[in-house]
Amino acid sequence: MAEHVIKLPDVGEGVAEAELVEWTVKVGDVVREDDVLAAVMTDKATVEIPSPVEGEVKWLGAEIGETVAVGSPIVKIETGSKSGASDDGPSDASNDEPTPAAAEVRPVGDAPAKKAETEASVSPGGKEQKKEEAGKERSGQSARNEDAGGSDGTKSVNAGKTSIATGAPRAAGEKPLASPAVRQRARDAGVDLRQVHGTGPAGRIGHDDLDAFIARGPQAAAASGLARKDGVEDIKVVGLRRRIAEKMALAKSRIPHITYVEEVDVTALEDLRAKLNGEKRTERPKLTLLPFLMRAMVKAVGEQPGLNATFDDDAGIIHRHAAVHIGIAAQTPGGLMVPVVRHAEARDLFDCAAEAARLADAARDGSATREELTGSTITITSLGAMGGVVTTPVINHPEVAIVGVNKMMMRPVWDGDRFVPRKMMNLSSSFDHRVVDGWDAAVFVQRLKALLETPALLFVET
Amino acid sequence: MKDISCKLLVIGAGPGGYVCAIRAGQLGIDTVIVEAAKPGGTCLNVGCIPSKALIHAADEFHRLSGYQSGTDPLGISLASPQIDLKKTIAWKDRIVGRLNTGVAGLLKKARVKSVEGHARFRDGKTVVVATETGDQVIRAEEIVIATGSAPVELPSLPFGGPVISSTDALALKSVPETLAVVGGGYIGLELGTAFAKLGARVTVVEALPRILPLYDAELTRPVAKRLEALGIAVMTDAKAKGLAKSGDALVVETADGEEKRIEADKVLVTVGRRPATEGWGLDEIDLDMDGRFIRIDDQCRTSMRGIYAIGDVTGEPMLAHRAMAQGEMVAELVAGHRRSWDKRSIPAVCFTDPEIVSAGLSPEEARKGGREVKIGQFPFSANGRAMTLQSEDGFVRVVARADNHLVLGIQAVGAGVSELSAAFSLAIEMGARLEDIAGTIHAHPTQSEGFQEAALKALGHALHI
Repeated sequence: MAEHVIKLPDVGEGVAEAELVEWTVKVGDVVREDDVLAAVMTDKATVEIPSPVEGEVKWLGAEIGETVAVGSPIVKIETGSKSGASDDGPSDASNDEPTPAAAEVRPVGDAPAKKAETEASVSPGGKEQKKEEAGKERSGQSARNEDAGGSDGTKSVNAGKTSIATGAPRAAGEKPLASPAVRQRARDAGVDLRQVHGTGPAGRIGHDDLDAFIARGPQAAAASGLARKDGVEDIKVVGLRRRIAEKMALAKSRIPHITYVEEVDVTALEDLRAKLNGEKRTERPKLTLLPFLMRAMVKAVGEQPGLNATFDDDAGIIHRHAAVHIGIAAQTPGGLMVPVVRHAEARDLFDCAAEAARLADAARDGSATREELTGSTITITSLGAMGGVVTTPVINHPEVAIVGVNKMMMRPVWDGDRFVPRKMMNLSSSFDHRVVDGWDAAVFVQRLKALLETPALLFVET
Repeated sequence: MKDISCKLLVIGAGPGGYVCAIRAGQLGIDTVIVEAAKPGGTCLNVGCIPSKALIHAADEFHRLSGYQSGTDPLGISLASPQIDLKKTIAWKDRIVGRLNTGVAGLLKKARVKSVEGHARFRDGKTVVVATETGDQVIRAEEIVIATGSAPVELPSLPFGGPVISSTDALALKSVPETLAVVGGGYIGLELGTAFAKLGARVTVVEALPRILPLYDAELTRPVAKRLEALGIAVMTDAKAKGLAKSGDALVVETADGEEKRIEADKVLVTVGRRPATEGWGLDEIDLDMDGRFIRIDDQCRTSMRGIYAIGDVTGEPMLAHRAMAQGEMVAELVAGHRRSWDKRSIPAVCFTDPEIVSAGLSPEEARKGGREVKIGQFPFSANGRAMTLQSEDGFVRVVARADNHLVLGIQAVGAGVSELSAAFSLAIEMGARLEDIAGTIHAHPTQSEGFQEAALKALGHALHI
C-alpha cells in the first residue's frame, strides 16, 4: 500500500492560491483515476481537481471555504499495492515532486483562457473560435461527470444531475407515485397527492411523506396569522459570494466615493430605439438602452481619458487605458458578476448590444470564461426595471468610475410653458475622489446626458 | 305488489354488480340487486370459470393421451384414455352451481336483497323488474348499471344450428369432430385449444394478420407455435363468409381472395363482445355514450346524477376484475367515502397454451409515451423449474423508465404464468423500480425467478443468462 499526496496544482495565470468550494469525495471513498475530487475557485473561474490515481481517500487537507496555496497538499489517497508501489514513492518523496495533477487540471468554463491570452486583440473570428472551444470543453466535461457518477460506487456530488441511484424527482404534470394504501389514506384525509412531495425512490410518496404533509397542513394555514419565530440560520460565505464580499469591502474601504446623480430625458432616445427595433432585421440584436449608454461612455471617456483608468494605489500609478473595456454588472443565480465587453470603442451599436447580451447569458449559465469576467476599465451597473430612483454604486476596484442606470419612467417636465410628459431616467454614477475631482465627474455625466438626450450626437464622428 | 324503496339498486349480478352490492351491504347501505339469470354473470356462468374448467379437463386429457405412445421421456405409459364430455360438463356445472350458491350466500350475508327478473328503467330513480310473479317497482336513491356484455354475432353467421357462441361451446354434449373458430382473440384461442386437446380438428379463422392482435408478436409467438404443434390450422387475413349450403362447412375468403371450404361440425364465433345497452330502458334515461359504451368519469358516474355504470357496459378492457374494482369503489362512494379510479394496472390474462399475462404498458405503449425505456427479458429456457415442468417456452419481460427505473409494464408468456399476475400487478401498483424487484428474494426453484431475472437483465446484470 502506498500513499499518494495530491497537492493543489497550479491553476493558471500566476494564481498563488485558490478557494476550496466543493469536496466531491469524503474520507473513506474509493476513487478511480480521473474522478473529480474537489473544485477550487480562483478569481472567478472554478477548476476541478481530478484524481491522478485510483485508491481510497485517507485525508482531506482543507475545509470548504478555506483558501489553499498552490502546491500545498489537499488530498491523500491510499493506492492499491500494485500501482502504488511502482508509481509513487513514500509520501515525503512525493511531496517534493512537482504537483502531479498540474498537467491534468480540468478548468471549468475557462479552458480557452490561456489560449485567448496569446491573442493580441479579439477579432470576430477569434471570438467564434473561442466560443466553439468553450462549448466543446463544457460538453466534454459534463460527459465525464456522468461517467464518474454512473461508473461505480463513487458518489459524484458534482454531477449536477440527480443520479439514478437516488431517483429523479417527479416532473410537473406526472401522476404521483404512491402505493394503493397511501392513495386511499390520502383520499380519506382529503389530501391531493399531487401536492405531496415524495421522498421515496423515483419520487414515490410514502406514508411518512403523507404524515409530514398532513402534520404541516394546519401549520401552513395558521401561518396567515402572526407567530413568533426563533432560531438563527448560519450560512457560510464561500465561493462567489465571498469574492463579492471581499471586493466590495476593498472598494469601500480604499476608495472615497463621490456619487453624482443627474436626470436624463431619454424621450428622443426611446423613439430612436423603438424605430430601430421596429425594423425587425433578424441579423440585428434587439436594442436596449445599454448599447446606447456604452457608445455614449466611449465618446465621453474619449474626451476625459482620466475616467477610463485603473488606479494602482499601492504603486501610486494611474493607468489610463486606450481600450474601453466596459464591465456590465449582471445578476446571476450565484450572485453579482461583471462580464466585460472588450474594446467597446471598436464596436458599433449593434455589436455592443450583441456582445453584452451574449456575455450576460454566459454569466448567468456559468459558462463565462475568466477572460470574459476580468479586465474591465469602467463599469455600468443597472437594475433594469427594478432600478429605483437613485443608487449609490460601488466602484469596481481598481477602476475609478462606475455609471449606474436607474429606472426610466414618465415624469412631468416643465418646458418653460407647461408640464409635458417626458421619459426620464436618472444616472447615478460614482467616482474615485482621490483621482477624479467633482468637477470632472460632473463634466463626464453632463456629457453623457447631452449624448443621450440628442442621440444623433452618438453617431457623429468627431 | 308492494313497491320497494332502497338507497342503492344494482342492476346485474355479475362480478361488478355483486361485488358492489356486497361491499355496499358491508357498509350498511340498504341495497337491492336485480338479476334475470343466476348470480355471477357471464364470468361465473358462461365465461371465465366454466371455460377454465373445460381447459383444465382438456389439458388433463391431452396430457394423458400423450403417454399412450410409451415413448414419453418421463417414462410413463398407459392405455388410451377416454373422455365423456357429458360428465365433464356436469362437473363444470357443479362448480358453477357451487359458486352461484356462494355468491347468493355472500349477498345474503351482506344483507343485500336479491330480486330475480328483468329490470327496466322507468325513470332515473325508478326501475321496474319483470319477475315471475309480476312487475316489481323499485325506487332507489342511487342506481348502478352493471348489465355487462354479450357475444357479438356476425350477420353472415347468426347463432343457431352449427353456429355457436362461447356460451354454447361450454355446454356441448360431445366433442365435435371438426370445429371452425371464427376470431383469433383470446376467447376463441382458449376454447379452440381446449377442443383440439379433446380431439377435435380445429381451424382458427382470423381477419387480422395475426392471432391475439392486442398483444405484441413476441408475446404471442409461443402460443402460435403451440397451436401448430397441436395441429390447429390458423388462417390469418381470412374472412368468414358464411356457412356452406350443406351446413357442414364454413366458407372462408383467404388472404389471396380465394374461397375455401373448411369442414366444420360446429362453427364457434368469438369475434368479441358488445356492451349490453339494450333491453333495460337506456332510452328512458338518455345517458351520454362513449361510442358503444356508457360514458363514465373517474368515479364511474354517468351523465345522470345518482346513476353509476360499471363493468363491460362502460368500456374496455372487458375484464371481470376491472368490474369488481369499479363495483367496490362505487359502493364506497355511495357510502360517502372519497374515492376515485386511480389504478395503475388492470392485468390481463390469456389462458391459452402457454398462458399470457400482461400488466401495465407494453414496450410499444411505453415508448409511445415519449420516454426512453429499459427492457429486460428472461427466457424460461434458462429457468430450472420450467425445465422440470417440461414447459420451457416463453419468457418474462419487464419494461421500465430509463431515467428512474420505475416499472411501467410486465408481460410474460409461459405455462402457469397466470399466477405471476399477482406479483406483476403488485409491483406496478406499488410503484416498484427495477431495483425493488431485483432486490426481492424470489423462491427457488420457481418460475417466478424469471421475474427477478428480467429485472436484473434490464439493469444489465442478469445472473442466469
